[in-house]
Amino acid sequence: MLSRVADSLYWMSRYLERAENTVRQLDVTMGLMLDTGATSLEERWKRLMQALGRPEDMEWNGDLEAMARELVFDSLNPLSVTFAVNGARENARQVREEISTEQWQRLNRLFHQMHSPHAQAQFRTSINDALASIIDGIHLFKGVSDTTMIHGQGWQFIRLGRYLERAYATATLLEVYQPHLQEHERDHSGYQYLEMVGVLRCCTSFEAYCQVYTADVSPDRILEFLLLNEDFPHAIRYTVDGMRDAVQAIQRTGGRRASDELISVIGRLQATLGYTTIGEILAGDTAALLHKIREECTRIHDLIYRYYVQYSIQSALAV
Amino acid sequence: MSAGHTEELETLFGDYPLDNAFDEMRESTGEVRPHYRALAEALAKLPQEELQRRKQSADLSFLTQGITFTVYGRDEGTERIFPYDLLPRLVTATEWDCIERGLTQRIMALNQFLKDVYSDAKILSDKVVPRDLVYSCKHYRRQMRGLQVPRNVYIAVVGSDLLRVGEGEYVVLEDNLRVPSGVSYMLTNRRVMKRTFPQLFHSYGVRPIEHYPQLLLATLRSLAPEGRPEPNIVLLTPGVFNSAYFEHTYLARQMGVDLVEGRDLVTHDNVVYMRTTDGLKRVDVIYRRVDDDFSDPLIFRSDSALGCAGLFNAYRAGNVTVTNAFGTGLADDKAVYAYVPKIIKYYLDEDPILPNVETYILSEEKERQHVLANLEKLVVKAVGESGGYGMLIGPKSTARQREEFARQIEANPRNYIAQPTLDFSRAPCLIGNHLEPRHVDLRPYVLFGDKVNIVPGGLTRVALEKGSLVVNSSQGGGSKDTWVLES
Repeated sequence: MLSRVADSLYWMSRYLERAENTVRQLDVTMGLMLDTGATSLEERWKRLMQALGRPEDMEWNGDLEAMARELVFDSLNPLSVTFAVNGARENARQVREEISTEQWQRLNRLFHQMHSPHAQAQFRTSINDALASIIDGIHLFKGVSDTTMIHGQGWQFIRLGRYLERAYATATLLEVYQPHLQEHERDHSGYQYLEMVGVLRCCTSFEAYCQVYTADVSPDRILEFLLLNEDFPHAIRYTVDGMRDAVQAIQRTGGRRASDELISVIGRLQATLGYTTIGEILAGDTAALLHKIREECTRIHDLIYRYYVQYSIQSALAV
Repeated sequence: MSAGHTEELETLFGDYPLDNAFDEMRESTGEVRPHYRALAEALAKLPQEELQRRKQSADLSFLTQGITFTVYGRDEGTERIFPYDLLPRLVTATEWDCIERGLTQRIMALNQFLKDVYSDAKILSDKVVPRDLVYSCKHYRRQMRGLQVPRNVYIAVVGSDLLRVGEGEYVVLEDNLRVPSGVSYMLTNRRVMKRTFPQLFHSYGVRPIEHYPQLLLATLRSLAPEGRPEPNIVLLTPGVFNSAYFEHTYLARQMGVDLVEGRDLVTHDNVVYMRTTDGLKRVDVIYRRVDDDFSDPLIFRSDSALGCAGLFNAYRAGNVTVTNAFGTGLADDKAVYAYVPKIIKYYLDEDPILPNVETYILSEEKERQHVLANLEKLVVKAVGESGGYGMLIGPKSTARQREEFARQIEANPRNYIAQPTLDFSRAPCLIGNHLEPRHVDLRPYVLFGDKVNIVPGGLTRVALEKGSLVVNSSQGGGSKDTWVLES
């Protein structure tokens, strides 16, 4: 597969994952804002910004609806959902011949949806419905991606992008919310419960959590679930396993170029998450671990580039 | 026409004007031509709302398929669907037979002409075509002299523009021998039309065109360098900002070949490679949709970032086939065009099956004087331009524009030709909720590898603006599906 094409598929997928994450976090934050509790609206907005990884970008100005609208529709704001959808579509457009017609049509529809006056009007009447229909669009795209595209290298690059973006986003989210959850652990008012459920819902994982732990929600278990669960697609361990699968599949189908360093970076991260208990993690420095996961994600991204996209011609001819 | 629908038909036609121009659907008496009758009846039977519903559903289909072009200027780039008309243009089997034979003859002759000009230049020594005219052509590429082109095929992909004049006679307006585009619209129009008028399509017995990508692939494969039995074929595009980008992706996908940009290619030891996730992979055949000028900065324009440095040398070495060959624009120069009938006679010893449009060569003193005296009746065109640019349409021009052109012609006569203003044919289009005639041309797509192959059909381009004679999509033109009938 052409390097440029792999690059575009990878970014298309990352952008869509990012769009989905932003929509969900906004939805949850706005839900939490309905309950008064101890946390001010401004504080909640700040956390949202931190969890999206760009704390400086949009300062709280008191007008929630306008800010939410900007976060969804302002195509010039790099944080916005529309910006991410545009990015995904622009990448898809450059590899139009590599993706299936169904994928293209789904993404194209989502793009037109983000830019239609109808979507903005819907946003005014029901923000929740508007956000839900965006998520629907993204889910449909993911569905047709899995069912209509050949599961070759291109598809693996899509998975790689999706998992990397998700691992990074989940680590950031936990880094932001973990201290607040731990701090109020003994608070048994209903607000604390809502808070914890909110974090789970940001990763669309409340129901999955209940199946594993029952509705007995605690900060430690949330951390355990979102970090170490092997079977839940939004848990970091699952995403790292997925990255390794994808890279190995890419190497199997291509074969000529060994990406040893990439495999070993992912493998080390896998080992950390696979052979550590939550007790050990909590006894140590949780924040540092989460930060380290983010750094490793960045490194994996760089290595993907070095092996598959921006290699030097000399190194390629030498093989 | 069955009597029951006359009234509906009248409403549909409204005050549909008939005059000197040949009308594809109606005789000068107003009678619907036999092969259009089934279409007219079907239209008359359809309630207005149903027709509009089908139109909307077709619109939506174009939009979601992303068959759009971008209007620049706003941050996200507004996209519009490529304008089209809902009614098919019908071509009878007899007409098509003439077109097919005529184009085959023409392409064979033009290909021989290119081979000759870039090798022994016998046709110039025999003074059939003036030497000056050829060597002063903007698209003549001296780098091609003496170069052996695979299978001697210079023009593998051609789109010639035909008009119908007089009593419906087809004539060739121009040949596009460089990078003709529009074939994806031909294919997607057909797909949408089959869904819009399924029964009508079926009852007409329309010859299929859907295998075009497969024929194109076979053509490219047949031109691969010797000793490469499993050639790696790619389509080279200028990139996502090119107006025909949709077509490039469409064809690459339909053929199952990689779509590459210049930055994906590298050359090493006169071999072209593409950068893949598995390292460098050798490229054998390039279907080039980038102009000569931008193909190789070492040989052609040095400021081009679209091509691949070293491509031409790899081509010269025979390690990669590039098609169409470089320098083919020589044979679609509008002044050389005037000599095509002589070119056909010279190489094939046959009379042209499809005639040319009468053309004045402005470097000829006598013809120039005639043209300058009659500018308001003629169409003047710059020889090296395409897409409807650099044109003066006499009857629609202002005195100032004519003066401006007269000055330019005097300054550089070789750069212009003139043709009579043609009253070319019109076909009915659905405008609002009734039919109006609009001028149309026809661009069939010709493939030439082992042999000449023309899929029965082509792109019918429509001047959608009332009274307009310009069908180019860059200037407000649209398209129609073209149905070539089995019988």
